[in-house]
Amino acid sequence: MTASDIINALAPLVPNASYEEASSVDFATIYVPAPRLVETCRALRDADGLRFTTIIEITAADYLPRQPRFEVVYHLLSISRRARVRLKVRVGEGDALPTVQGIWKGAGWLEREVWDMFGIVFDGHPDLRRLLMPEDWEGHPARKDYPVQIHKTAQTYEPLEVSENEFRANIERDRVKRAH
Amino acid sequence: MATAEAHDHGLDPELPLLTTTVEKVVQWARRSAIWPAQFGLACCAIEMMAMAASRYDIARFGAEVFRGSPRQSDLMIVAGRLSRKMAPAMRRVYDQMPDPKWVISMGACASIGGVFDNYAIVQGVDQVVPVDVYVPGCPPRPESLIYGIVQLQNKIARSRA
Amino acid sequence: MAELRTETMTVNMGPQHPSTHGVLRLVLELDGEVIQSVMPTIGYLHTGIEKTAEQKKWQQVIPLVERMDYLGAQSNSLAYAMAVEKLLGLEMPGRVKDIRVLIAELQRIASHLIWLGTHAMEIGAVSMLFYAIRERELLLNINELIAGFRFFPSYIRIGGLREDLPRGFHESVNAFLERFPAKIDEFEGLLTKNDIFRRRTQGVGVITQDDAMNWGLVGPILRATGSDYDVRRYFPYLGYETYTFNIPTASEGDVYARYRVRIAEMRESVKICKQAISRITPSGVWACDDPRVVPPPKDKVYSEMEALIQHFLIYSQGFTVPAGEAYVPIEGPRGEHGTYIVSDGTNRPWRVKMRAPSFMAIQSLPAVVRGGLIADVVAVIGSTDVVMGDCDR
Repeated sequence: MTASDIINALAPLVPNASYEEASSVDFATIYVPAPRLVETCRALRDADGLRFTTIIEITAADYLPRQPRFEVVYHLLSISRRARVRLKVRVGEGDALPTVQGIWKGAGWLEREVWDMFGIVFDGHPDLRRLLMPEDWEGHPARKDYPVQIHKTAQTYEPLEVSENEFRANIERDRVKRAH
Repeated sequence: MATAEAHDHGLDPELPLLTTTVEKVVQWARRSAIWPAQFGLACCAIEMMAMAASRYDIARFGAEVFRGSPRQSDLMIVAGRLSRKMAPAMRRVYDQMPDPKWVISMGACASIGGVFDNYAIVQGVDQVVPVDVYVPGCPPRPESLIYGIVQLQNKIARSRA
Repeated sequence: MAELRTETMTVNMGPQHPSTHGVLRLVLELDGEVIQSVMPTIGYLHTGIEKTAEQKKWQQVIPLVERMDYLGAQSNSLAYAMAVEKLLGLEMPGRVKDIRVLIAELQRIASHLIWLGTHAMEIGAVSMLFYAIRERELLLNINELIAGFRFFPSYIRIGGLREDLPRGFHESVNAFLERFPAKIDEFEGLLTKNDIFRRRTQGVGVITQDDAMNWGLVGPILRATGSDYDVRRYFPYLGYETYTFNIPTASEGDVYARYRVRIAEMRESVKICKQAISRITPSGVWACDDPRVVPPPKDKVYSEMEALIQHFLIYSQGFTVPAGEAYVPIEGPRGEHGTYIVSDGTNRPWRVKMRAPSFMAIQSLPAVVRGGLIADVVAVIGSTDVVMGDCDR
């Protein structure tokens, strides 16, 4: 399935969305505008000719000197149609994207990892907090302006006895909420 | 003859008796049955499992069982890369072990950070726990780790109880 | 009689635990022994491989990515090498593809052996670990034969392989393939009809097909729910369409079904290996013909000037890869495995992202074990074959 096939199939379902086809060496790649992301994903998952029911990957890349700085990349797979597609969304620093966790449950942790590593917020995500780095870490390591090597001795702190309510309160406190 | 004659302490040489010091016996007991705590983190843990398996049997060197609980073990083999998130947990496991306890740092990542010189890996577990023997390799062959354990046994034999 | 007030108990299965396949922390909320909720915490083995890879040259990334999923090591480097070769536009000669297929299938057998050993050990059959490791030692001997190192041979390079196959390779592989099917029968005889094993695994940890696709679980987990999705069939690579093999599936979607699928996969891998080894000549071409990427053989380096310069350039400044991005999926032992690479036209990668099947599996864990018992958590984690190095990268 080429990118034009997918864009043509999406046109009646997501009207007036300005998709851009990108050249690629492996499979169909489409640039999606951020406000139409959720509708596009839902159409891709549910439409009969498409049926991209499996989420493979959500990641991001930081193209620092260029603006907008980030590109969030979604890899989707359609087992019944034997097709793959890559969606790319351009995101600037401080911008947020809507979450697709309601469409594919597997997107939950993938978006958490993008927040942890890049600092891109996903609106509507139920549990956006650190995943790979410690909860109290500062900075987003995969950004290009974050150093690879840091000189810091390992921190070991005294064990903390928390009650169950305090434990849950800590989790709530660490969650990123955007007032939208 | 220039052999060392055993001092007979005034006893009959035919008597089946062995004399030694308490310290030597205690150290012999400690080094002959070192039971490791399971602390496999990454790839080195698989080599540690291979060492415990039948080809490079570690049981013949005294490490008969790998204890699940640190409170019942003498040795912590830190096998694998220690990330900054894991460091407090590792310190806690070390503190839970009763004395006398020893630590072997297995592999390059545990000894010095290994291939991963970056923000996420502690550059050497000796920043967190005191280490007795460092075993280099990525991962070290099981024979290397057995050599490391034998060196630890020699160290225990030489040390004071 | 007054109503008893009950409350749930929170238990921590901490990062250091004999049964969590590495460092995984689970906070279980229990009502008696029944699980109300599970909250997994990962990141205790986060190594920053992706960020470190941006500092290295293209061929220096191979040892880094091999250490990611340390049980299926060469499948990681295969995925990475294939993605870079896609961007470079290199086409491998047939012999290289056959050797890569052989290595990939032997690696799958090695990974499944550790899975079998640890899974059965955690369920209670402790001796399975020793049997599995005993067979795996033979595979590690083969690794040692081709590259001198048991675990992370770095034999698969960008542009082909590191060097030609050594003498005695065919004999070792054939000896292993002769011996191994009888061993699988032995393992099956111990476990498959074992009443205790069946009672602990049947009906436990059921995942439906739609759920598996929605959670992004592909691989043996999806094949145990009835789908026959296998990257080797659907998006063939390395000439897999020329090999004859079946895709084992099951339909119940529980732990026992995943066990049966993986055992059958080991048998299919032996079949593929036999076909592959019969096509491989003992000596021949081991890399593609591109002098920018493939270093010349050592005897030429020591005698010819051009070869020396080529060797020096490749190892000092590396080669450049055209700008663009690529993702080539392969069927790893845990599921679909692939590397998404972005190149900006220089000799270092701009972004390397490994797709981690274990990451998706742990993400689905809370939904799968809810309502089960604590003992089921151990069985389910074992059946989803998670490796924390793969999950945390």
